[in-house]
Amino acid sequence: MALQLEGRARVFGDDVNTDYIITSRRKRESLDAQVLKNYLFEEINPNFAASIHSGDLIVAGKNFGCGSAMEVAVTAVLGAGIRAVIAQSFSRTYFRNAINNGLLPIVCDTSRIHEGDRLLIDSPDEKGSGLMVRNTTTGEDISSAALPKIMLDIFAAGGLVPYFREHGDFQL
Amino acid sequence: MSGKTISEKILSAKSGTDARAGDVVICKVDCALGTDGSTPMAIDYFNAMGGKNVRDPERIVFALDHYAPAPSGATTQLHQRMREFANEHGIKLWDVGEGIGHQLIVESGRAVPGSLVVGADSHAVTYGALNCFGTGIGSSDLAAIMISGRIWLRVPETILVTLTGELPRDVYPKDIVLHIAKELGADGASYQALEYCGPAIAALDLEDRLVLSNLTVEMGGKNGVFPADKKTFDYLSGRNAETFAPVNSDVGAKYAREIKIALDKLTPQIALPHLVDQVVSVGEAAGTKVQMVYLGTCTGGRARDFHQALDVIKTGGGIAPGVQLVVTPASREVLETITRDGTLADFIAMGAVIVTPGCGSCCGTCGAIPGDGVNVISTANRNFKGRMGNSTASIYLASPASCGAAAVRGEIVDPREIS
Repeated sequence: MALQLEGRARVFGDDVNTDYIITSRRKRESLDAQVLKNYLFEEINPNFAASIHSGDLIVAGKNFGCGSAMEVAVTAVLGAGIRAVIAQSFSRTYFRNAINNGLLPIVCDTSRIHEGDRLLIDSPDEKGSGLMVRNTTTGEDISSAALPKIMLDIFAAGGLVPYFREHGDFQL
Repeated sequence: MSGKTISEKILSAKSGTDARAGDVVICKVDCALGTDGSTPMAIDYFNAMGGKNVRDPERIVFALDHYAPAPSGATTQLHQRMREFANEHGIKLWDVGEGIGHQLIVESGRAVPGSLVVGADSHAVTYGALNCFGTGIGSSDLAAIMISGRIWLRVPETILVTLTGELPRDVYPKDIVLHIAKELGADGASYQALEYCGPAIAALDLEDRLVLSNLTVEMGGKNGVFPADKKTFDYLSGRNAETFAPVNSDVGAKYAREIKIALDKLTPQIALPHLVDQVVSVGEAAGTKVQMVYLGTCTGGRARDFHQALDVIKTGGGIAPGVQLVVTPASREVLETITRDGTLADFIAMGAVIVTPGCGSCCGTCGAIPGDGVNVISTANRNFKGRMGNSTASIYLASPASCGAAAVRGEIVDPREIS
């Protein structure tokens, strides 16, 4: 998968649940990502939404996106111009929803990435199967876990909507 | 080849392959639930995908449960969109007041042994109590199912949870599963299945098993499955006319991990704010003042939950001053049951707030929202900061009996001290 993303690390801790990403109360009143992006992470960092630059990358510890399976927790992040989340691990529903909407979920060791570090996400080298995360601030290269083929296919199509428009069904 | 787990066997049957942990398979879905929290987006995805017809409308059900009754103009419109889509495509819709979709899936006999039932809501894992592969999905996957009737799944590894011994007096299924959450942690079962087994499960009624399966997702689990036995089939009798073969794990099935829980050694448990795995014995949290006691949700909103709480409250002489007791039945069937047996009248006489069957204030979208700085003790499954609609409130999760005990004293107390 040829892909390159470059951006600023915005760092969160472990067990960031979907209600922390966007609350159910906000979702109740609007499903529009352009509205919801203004309330991202308001429960745990009320100043965050105003500080987002398009192209920022979310970095987190383990179990990112746990709790509710609500898909606005992915679309609101995309609405803010964030195209990848890098975490030690994800909840399975967040991981699926991310792929289905074209938000890139990357599983790798995030313990040495700090707030504001510049990150470059790049296609793997010939040996590696997962994407490479290069911390250009520290010079460290971090390899990530590979995705199953069906997830690569859905992501490469641009998400489940274009995938279904093309195939009309799932294909292994 | 070695034997298979229950999850491997169900997904083998549903995909027509020899499915093993780690495989990616495409499965035919027996039933899929959409709620008012997820379906409006699913309709958008369905349209964007070019969806025209719903492939198997009889396999899709909608429930208006997260905003029940609709607390705003925007939510009323979401309901209206769902009613119109359901009507156009011939989809069964449970309207406001009928209850929580997960409870209705179970009550209506749609979750049966060997079936694959998914829900666009994380607590779809509840159905595992009926020897079913039940798991949560998002809105886009629900849209894909409406078009194709299918879903892709990675076959999960399984953690075998063996239960032995008998539950002591005043210790309940919620205490078992909070203890498991403490053992495994909030991500201890990520991408994995929990398979419950052991000599103790025969004594657990179906309502008890639902509590264990329901909390599986709070440990990251993909599904939490029980074997089927007489209690499973007795529950389904009158709810589904078909006959079902139980799906058992094979001798020699491979498990990622095994944990054993001796029920006779358990004490009442409580999850402290703001994560489900911050679990201690109730006694260790004793003395914490509570201003709201919440009885309800897809974990603890069934008739026996209300009976257990009411027993403790009656024994203790009623509700302490300054405590708001909120009762939200999981379904109309539950409401009818507790109306018939007098439980509801007792709660009303005590001054309880009775809320329309549904998700209530579990995720802070309707119902009774706690005030600033309020401590809530709840029969629910999540205690994230802000979960019930106020980020300055603190939520403690415990059994109905422990919630009843806290209602009596106005503070957290070991329920064994009341009875």
